Amino acid sequence: MAVAIILLLVAIASVVFHLFSPWWWTPLASNWGYIDDTITLTFWITGAVFVAVVAFMAYCVFRFRHKEGRQADYNPENKRLEWWLSVGTGIGVAAMLAPGLVVWHQFVTVPAGATEVEVMGQQWQWSYRLPGKDGRLGTSDARLVSADNPMGLNPDDPNGKDDIVIQNDDLHLAIGKPVKVLLRSIDVLHDFYVPEFRAKMDMIPGSVTYYWFTPTRTGTFEVLCAELCGAAHAQMRSKVVVEEEKEYHAWLEKQRTFAELSGQRNVAKAAYKTGSE
Amino acid sequence: MVDVPFDTIAGIPAAEAPDVELYHPKSWWTRYVFSQDAKVIAIQYSITAMSIGMVALVLSWLMRLQLGFPGTFSFIDANQYLQFITMHGMIMVIYLLTALFLGGFGNYLIPLMVGARDMVFPYVNMLSYWVYLLAVLVLASTFFVPGGPTGAGWTLYPPQAILSGTPGQDWGIILMLASLILFIIGFTMGGLNYVVTVLQARTRGMTLMRLPLTVWGIFTATVMALLAFPALLVASVMLLLDRLLGTSFFMPTLVEMGELTKYGGGSPILFQHLFWFFGHPEVYIVALPAFGIISDLISTHARKNIFGYRMMVWAIVAIGALSFVVWAHHMYVSGMNPYFGFFFATTTLIIAIPTAIKVYNWVLTLWRGDIHLTIPMLFALAFIITFVNGGLTGLFLGNVVVDVPLSDTMFVVAHFHMVMGIAPIMAVFGGIYHWYPKVTGRMLNEALGRFHFWVTFLGAYAVFFPMHYLGLLGVPRRYHDIGETAFIPASAHDLNAFMSVAALIVGFAQLVFIFNLIWSLFKGKEAGGNPWGAASLEWQTPETPPGHGNWGKELPIVYRWAYDYSVPGAGRDFVPQNEPPARLSAQGAHP
Amino acid sequence: MSVIVLFMVGIAAIAGWWLSQQRLTAKPWLEEGVSVDLREESTASPQAAKIGLGVFLAVVGSLFALFISAYSMRMNMVDWRTLPVPALLWFNTGVLVLSSVALQWAYIAARRDDMDGIILGLLSGGAFAVTFLVGQLLAWRQLNAAGYFVASNPANSFFYLITAAHGLHVMGGLVALGRTAAKLWRGAEVKQVRASVELCAIYWHFLLLVWLVLLGLLTGWTDNFVDICRQLLS
Repeated sequence: MAVAIILLLVAIASVVFHLFSPWWWTPLASNWGYIDDTITLTFWITGAVFVAVVAFMAYCVFRFRHKEGRQADYNPENKRLEWWLSVGTGIGVAAMLAPGLVVWHQFVTVPAGATEVEVMGQQWQWSYRLPGKDGRLGTSDARLVSADNPMGLNPDDPNGKDDIVIQNDDLHLAIGKPVKVLLRSIDVLHDFYVPEFRAKMDMIPGSVTYYWFTPTRTGTFEVLCAELCGAAHAQMRSKVVVEEEKEYHAWLEKQRTFAELSGQRNVAKAAYKTGSE
Repeated sequence: MVDVPFDTIAGIPAAEAPDVELYHPKSWWTRYVFSQDAKVIAIQYSITAMSIGMVALVLSWLMRLQLGFPGTFSFIDANQYLQFITMHGMIMVIYLLTALFLGGFGNYLIPLMVGARDMVFPYVNMLSYWVYLLAVLVLASTFFVPGGPTGAGWTLYPPQAILSGTPGQDWGIILMLASLILFIIGFTMGGLNYVVTVLQARTRGMTLMRLPLTVWGIFTATVMALLAFPALLVASVMLLLDRLLGTSFFMPTLVEMGELTKYGGGSPILFQHLFWFFGHPEVYIVALPAFGIISDLISTHARKNIFGYRMMVWAIVAIGALSFVVWAHHMYVSGMNPYFGFFFATTTLIIAIPTAIKVYNWVLTLWRGDIHLTIPMLFALAFIITFVNGGLTGLFLGNVVVDVPLSDTMFVVAHFHMVMGIAPIMAVFGGIYHWYPKVTGRMLNEALGRFHFWVTFLGAYAVFFPMHYLGLLGVPRRYHDIGETAFIPASAHDLNAFMSVAALIVGFAQLVFIFNLIWSLFKGKEAGGNPWGAASLEWQTPETPPGHGNWGKELPIVYRWAYDYSVPGAGRDFVPQNEPPARLSAQGAHP
Repeated sequence: MSVIVLFMVGIAAIAGWWLSQQRLTAKPWLEEGVSVDLREESTASPQAAKIGLGVFLAVVGSLFALFISAYSMRMNMVDWRTLPVPALLWFNTGVLVLSSVALQWAYIAARRDDMDGIILGLLSGGAFAVTFLVGQLLAWRQLNAAGYFVASNPANSFFYLITAAHGLHVMGGLVALGRTAAKLWRGAEVKQVRASVELCAIYWHFLLLVWLVLLGLLTGWTDNFVDICRQLLS
């Protein structure tokens, strides 16, 4: 009896905890509301299954626990019941999978108008790069990384001259504009993770990964690293500021381009050039 | 299989293996230390696995202390925290669970359950244990080498696993990889034994469809492990070469602490593919034996045949096969080709169907049963709850787009602890309480056992159920300190403290269990040969504990499946597998 | 990863075929009494050892399939520079074929109770295998002397790694062969070693097969096949 009640209580407590938990996802700040919806749907389906299984079990324990003289039924199988249950499970699974795949299709399809933003991870900080007036990012290479070219940008690439480089500072984005985030690392795996945007993707040294999203809410959001990257993994922080178009442009005006930055360090750069290759 | 009418051959005597085949110990050393008897090897495996498991348990306490009360314990810093999580994960998954289920339960139960005298290659079986022990010692030695054990996370992802930003980069990672390689070699020796014993050494009458599900689970898991572990071997060897010889299998051009390294061109993703090609089957390598054990516990203690035995067998085989085509669901956000997501999400969710069938059949076995709430049964019930819980959250993470926000958060940590930590451990405990009387001849203490059960089950649930919600909130995993983060409310820290206290209590309950194991060995109630009234063959040995060669003079003959409980018209509520059918014994046809 | 997936499909086909022979649709609760299956009367150890070897070969096959998978994924990267295959490898291949032939000879001799044939076959097979290993070492030295170091290019790394893995398996085979020969030395009779000789022969043929596949891979003959495999999954 006590066992049956405790089993049932475990299920009830889980549901109550779920309903009243103050720990819930952060308010959405991107277009990925569909992801939240899929999670909610999944919660409903799986929650129902969990409660049903545990309640059934608790009932069995209550109803059929051993008493003097009880004899168990002899019932090796029931093909019909098993098939029905399998089909039912299949339907439940499909109900979760189908919307998931539809949303995933959106997730991997970057809209044509998305502006590119580059995020570069390194132990243990974030750097950002925005395309300049030409709207294109220049090439980069980890081999070019040096004290005065920390992002390893290619100085000979004309596309890169006007790229805006943001070092040790926050990234700003304009609200409502789809962004394709290009992710790059120069040392180990990192993962550009802003909980409010829902989307995330690992960055891999040696290649460029991406995802896209549209910021839908102004505010300042924390950036964390979500892929173990060594001792100071937990301290690898930054911020993303989503703001209105006008403020965004005002901020953009104040940022400096790669050419400006490297111009200041001409002397150092010359020394670097003879040093490499 | 030849379809021979049963009656015509019913009188055939047991097939007797020639005596020379069996190895006989000649001294104390070869009887108890360098023994080739699978039962002794099983106990050696179990004790070693549980010992190193205790180390991992202590590591989990330290981790929980740090997470619950960050900054309070000055002896735990970020580096050590990473070393703790790495060693904890690696030990629990490979050196404890895999070794205990296959090396421990497999060695003890396979020969007894199939009616064999021993494993088919006893010498290789012995070697398997000693290589395993060596692997464990090499692993444990990393705690004492300069730089300490590796802190790369149990996934050992390059490039960081072998770079200087990660603790244990000098000796820790090298010895870890060496230990894994040894483990795989040792396991392969043992695994060949388990497979061939099931294939070849079944006693007369023991057809595949008469095998207990425990044997099916262990057998399938072993086949999977034999095929999957090479992937870990390949990954380990190549990573070791990258670290030692400076090759660039996995290492791209990169900058290490401001210095350009000599590496170039390699693919970190390649490592992840290899790792998870092993890593996902590994989940089922741990789960399938647990499935089997739970099936047998429920059936025995509910005095009812397992419901849908055939479906259970097919499901085990289907899960085993499918688990080789789902590996990349661990890599949805790894940066691999995003279109793989469609394929792997689909295969992953399909695997939920046979798994769900198993759950249904367990609970349907309880229906109209005669449920004895013994400790093994309690653990079986707890297994179902935790496994269902963890399995259902697997549907979140397997569904590619849902995985995106949840991956690398505490949700994942909670999920895999529930489904392949707590649930299999429930099966381990249930199995130990169930078979301890056969192994030692004595029962484990009932009161201590119930205390152990309730604290472990409710405590572990209290640790890992709320943890999902930290993950939903967005708390990333592998953070030694979430620190001041705007989106994380202060209450999350309180929740962490609560989970830590629960974890410590659960941890101490395990000491009660260890005490019970030792105390009952000497003071436990005498068990007799078949205290649970079980029908499967291992309970029908002439001696308890089973003697050398298991079966006395003649091998048993099997006349029925392993689940003849509460058969209408039978005298008692179980019929042992080796009991001749009534009409035969009446005729006296059986010699 | 497509090579290993194809390999696993092959294994699954074998396992499925075997399972289909096992009456998995039987209803065991209806079948009381003794039933006999095919392995009746064959529980003696040679049969078990042969099945054990079969399972082991599947494991080794999986290992090499994984190496090949890794190879085919890594060779896609831009820094891959195929290295020239030393001519010595062709000689080594010939020697390995001879070794396999010698073991087959020994096996046939064992079936005919021809003790001299067994000894001749085993010894020459062993000698050829040792020659093969020495030849492989020489090939390594030639490559090293020509400046193809293990870490200088992934193609080189894979060459050394894969040949080493194969060589280690040949050495393991030599240990088994040595034990069989030692049994003969101590005066064992033909029927006591017949099974061991057969197992050695099977293992040798398997390693020869693996070597031919690896050779095809290292010389680039199988590039087209690898390309097809790669496209299957990407």
